[in-house]
Amino acid sequence: MKNLLEIEHLSTHFTTEEGTVRAVDNISLRIRSGETVCIVGESGCGKSITALSVMGLIEEPSGKVVEGSIHFGDKDLLKLGKNELRAIRGNEIAMIFQEPMSSLNPVITIGEQIIEPLMVHMNMGKREAQKQAIRLIEQVGISRAEQIARSYPHELSGGMLQRIMIAIAISCNPKLLIADEPTTALDVTIQAQILDMLRKFKQESGMSILLITHDLGVVAEMADYVIVMYSGKIVEEGEVVELFSNPKHPYTRGLLKSKPIINQRQDELYSIPGQVPNPLELESSCYFHDRCDNCMAICRTDEPALKEITIHQKVACWLYEEGALHVHS
Amino acid sequence: MSTYISKRLIYMLIILLAASLLVFSLYALTPGDFISGNLKLSPERKAELREIYGLNQPLLERYFIWMKNALHGDFGYSLAQQTPVLTLFNQYIWNSFLLAIVSTFMTWLIAVIIGVNAAYKQYSWFDTLVMVGTFAAMSIPSFFIGLFLIKVLAVDLKWLPPGGMLATGSNATGLAYLREVVHHMTLPVIVMTLLGLGSLTRYFRSNMIDVIKQDYIRTARAKGLTERKVLFTHALRNALLPAITLVGFELPALFGGSLIIEKIFNWPGIGQLYMQSFGLRDYPLLVGFTMLIAVLTVIGTLLSDILYHIADPRVKL
Repeated sequence: MKNLLEIEHLSTHFTTEEGTVRAVDNISLRIRSGETVCIVGESGCGKSITALSVMGLIEEPSGKVVEGSIHFGDKDLLKLGKNELRAIRGNEIAMIFQEPMSSLNPVITIGEQIIEPLMVHMNMGKREAQKQAIRLIEQVGISRAEQIARSYPHELSGGMLQRIMIAIAISCNPKLLIADEPTTALDVTIQAQILDMLRKFKQESGMSILLITHDLGVVAEMADYVIVMYSGKIVEEGEVVELFSNPKHPYTRGLLKSKPIINQRQDELYSIPGQVPNPLELESSCYFHDRCDNCMAICRTDEPALKEITIHQKVACWLYEEGALHVHS
Repeated sequence: MSTYISKRLIYMLIILLAASLLVFSLYALTPGDFISGNLKLSPERKAELREIYGLNQPLLERYFIWMKNALHGDFGYSLAQQTPVLTLFNQYIWNSFLLAIVSTFMTWLIAVIIGVNAAYKQYSWFDTLVMVGTFAAMSIPSFFIGLFLIKVLAVDLKWLPPGGMLATGSNATGLAYLREVVHHMTLPVIVMTLLGLGSLTRYFRSNMIDVIKQDYIRTARAKGLTERKVLFTHALRNALLPAITLVGFELPALFGGSLIIEKIFNWPGIGQLYMQSFGLRDYPLLVGFTMLIAVLTVIGTLLSDILYHIADPRVKL
């Protein structure tokens, strides 16, 4: 399979009054066509910033992609002009966001908001776009489509709004759909419906999905390939089955351990001790070292590189470096 | 909606009734009246005149007589001008309105454009320049800016007339008349626009900065819309919503005239008439004018509430 998106050595930094935050720090990843890649991690680990960097939506001047390349097809998105990037955005790469309630404009009708990308990217006239909008609303499983098209965002529920967001995203048949925590703000039954819908559209159109989540249940259900991020870096990545059955990095293991398992009684759910380090105070080390059960001397002073340990899995941890003292967990 | 409006209309009547009582008694209780200011009159003549004007009757009775006439559309007689108050208003108010409507329109238009651009390029050199400019415009007093511009544009450069509404002795009609008025109103409109521009620009700038940070603006960008469309369709519509409250306040200002500007530019507006009537203690005119402003204020608030409902689908009446 061909690579649809290739991110190489991407670094996105934010300048704040206290100093520079390396929100995304030298990460590389690739998405093949038709594949679903999940980025997992805690809040602030850089997963959303990675997505926004791809979309070219980093808020300047405080934030800036300082290094790397993002190849989409044969184009480097970081080298494109504003207009070229705009032609791709919403067209070949579409995005849905975490908060459907605030992601739609409160004073513009739903229908109006759906037809915008159709008119910009598909060169449709208003009439034609309106008809297509009705079809799209029906496609995402909402009945009374014409009435919905005339209503305003505050008149719909969160689940319906996220469906509308999906309708907008798939309206121009994107090759890549970026979903940034699409189900986090929704209740559990709606979550499953939204995920089913994304899977259905993926199967029908063959698009790739970059799914960002902190929910391992969602990962297990959706992903082909999983990337685990921590403090702006990739700590482990691999095929979903491999990663879930045989996690290598202590952080990944901790995440999986802290997930409740049905039919298994536990008095207290496991949680990884400690806190995510302050992004302003990062020094050369494994950023996970002070929360790690297997911390060694080298972990405090040197940064482990992401290395392939099997053909399906890569990990950035000194435990798996040859020559480093091997401590069994 | 219609029950809401009828309810609001009833409230409006009650408020105006209370306002009329307050306004009438405040002017009536002020020491002295139109007659006491005239030193040439003998005490007997004064008493006689008070009898004629009904000023010797008890306050409440005078109020009810005034109220009864007002309900019939008669707001009394200006003592100084010996003309019905409404006729005088009709003569002067439209001159004030002309200045106010043009300068208000200019102020809003320029403030929106500058405010949106300053917000979009927050902390850029343009934004800094605008900030300095708006503070300067807000802190310079109107009489200074007015006189300064008269000195530069009218006296030194002789581009514009220094005051008045028509050239002295002019009897132009039709298009020539229109051109003359426009020529004369340019200076006062420039000054009024400059004075209003500062605060309104700051207001639109900060509204816009809040709106630009919203999630739906990111969504609009993610759709691949042009920045122009993002700013002027998606952001501006939301940034303008809070300004609707200001529209309500603008209504009395449109008809209220401007004391200082009309004085400086010798513009025959209601502000000048009002000031002059104060010196003469021409209370019927003052009461009538204050009531007019009260009515416009109340209507303005209702108007802005209705406009809110039209502009923001989330607001239910």
